Amino acid sequence: MSLLDQFRDLLRGDVRADRVVPPSGMAARLTLAVAGAMAFLAVFALALSLATGRIASQWSHELTRTATVRITAAPAEMPALTEAALRVLRSTEGVESARALTPEEQKALLEPWFGSDLPIEALPVPQLIELRETRAGYDAEGLRLRLGAEVPGAVLDDHGRWRRPVVQASQRIRALGLLSLLLIAGVMAGMVTLAAHAALSANAQVIAVLRLVGARDAFIARAFVRRFTLRALWGSMTGTFLGAMAILLLPGMPTEGTLLTGIGFHGAAWLWCLTIPLVAAMAAFFATRAAARRNLRGLA
Amino acid sequence: MIDLDKIAYSYGGGDLLSDVSLSLAPGSFHFLTGPSGAGKTTFLKLCYGELIPTEGRATLYGRDLAQMSRDDIAMLRRRIGVVHQDCRFLDHLSLAENIALPLTVSGRSPHAEAQNIGDLMAWCGLSHRADARPPELSGGERQRAALARALILSPDVILADEPTGNVDWEMSQRLLALLTELNRMGKAVVVATHDLALIRLAKQRVQARVLRITDRRLQLAGADL
Repeated sequence: MSLLDQFRDLLRGDVRADRVVPPSGMAARLTLAVAGAMAFLAVFALALSLATGRIASQWSHELTRTATVRITAAPAEMPALTEAALRVLRSTEGVESARALTPEEQKALLEPWFGSDLPIEALPVPQLIELRETRAGYDAEGLRLRLGAEVPGAVLDDHGRWRRPVVQASQRIRALGLLSLLLIAGVMAGMVTLAAHAALSANAQVIAVLRLVGARDAFIARAFVRRFTLRALWGSMTGTFLGAMAILLLPGMPTEGTLLTGIGFHGAAWLWCLTIPLVAAMAAFFATRAAARRNLRGLA
Repeated sequence: MIDLDKIAYSYGGGDLLSDVSLSLAPGSFHFLTGPSGAGKTTFLKLCYGELIPTEGRATLYGRDLAQMSRDDIAMLRRRIGVVHQDCRFLDHLSLAENIALPLTVSGRSPHAEAQNIGDLMAWCGLSHRADARPPELSGGERQRAALARALILSPDVILADEPTGNVDWEMSQRLLALLTELNRMGKAVVVATHDLALIRLAKQRVQARVLRITDRRLQLAGADL
């Protein structure tokens, strides 16, 4: 019987054939519980993976085309130097736009550290200029040399210093999330295999009776495979539902774009949750099928 | 139907059966006797393919047992009804479901064959116990139920291993009556038993050959039986 036929049989089901395997047992309950717990964890691993992927992509995209020029000078010289820097930037090929941040914007940047009542005018805060590059980009080294020559105290920061490790870290967390999903699927398949082995061993008498009355190995295996696959499916559906609810109920935070607030599913990404029970059922199907074949060969 | 040609069976270095030959024809009736541990059950297991001879050739319905796959043997078992002394039921199923089990495993619908099941249960005197679970049955009921299960697919051969081992004399006679009736219908019957009184009674009703396993060999029993 081909794999496709086996899947078709599994979905179609046969109540009478299902009944030949005793309905209860520790192994069946264990499968249900393990599938539920693993699916619950899988929801979080999936959410983390999607969130870090999304954040990495967002940071990478947003920061790749921006840079900052920082001017450190005495307050009296600052307007002239800012104007000079803007002139240099606007005349540089590859720079789409450049603008000096207003005192309010600079104050907002410092607010998380110093609070909202910061007297920024009284502090020797450097002037920041935000520049946006064209798709072709600019020559960072050339721009640094020009700024160094024409605007003393101006430093070009293309964000690469801290962007690269952040993006790298996000990508690694994403990879770890995916690895966790694989491990969860593997652990579940392993547990289902153990449970199936235990169930097959515990039902050696049942198998002997079935063989005595002319049951083929495929019939016996199918009865066990269907039992465990459906248990894993129900367990993982419950676990997925509870995991999704827990994600949904995570408290929201005002700041967007951070890892903590980003954990979760947005829009169509919720559909990814539907794959968890399907993957769990498939893992259970193949694990039980292999265990049943091996066990029935051993009992022959 | 079943031909054993100089077969032997060894297990764990010891010979359990040696140089055994027998041909089961339709309508034949054989009793198999011998002391406990003589190899009666082993002989029956060789007849329905649960064991493969270590020597010689066993042919089931024209096919060499040693060349058959497990699935092939399973298919052939549907043509051989086996009754064990311990009956071997699935305790979580009702009696009717146990009797219908061969239909279930062969992909036939017990619903479609409900009439046959009902008739067979009535013939075995079990109609009133259809919904009972096997542990609730008496020894005699279990043996008759095992016989009913063995007959549900209308096999050509009935192999019974000590079918009267756990029942009283009255029930033994009732079981014997069922087996002799099946034999008159043309089915080959082999009954392993050490109940000599039962054999003597059977010989008054049917033309039965009595075989004895002695020293691992199969012999025709003497005239005292």
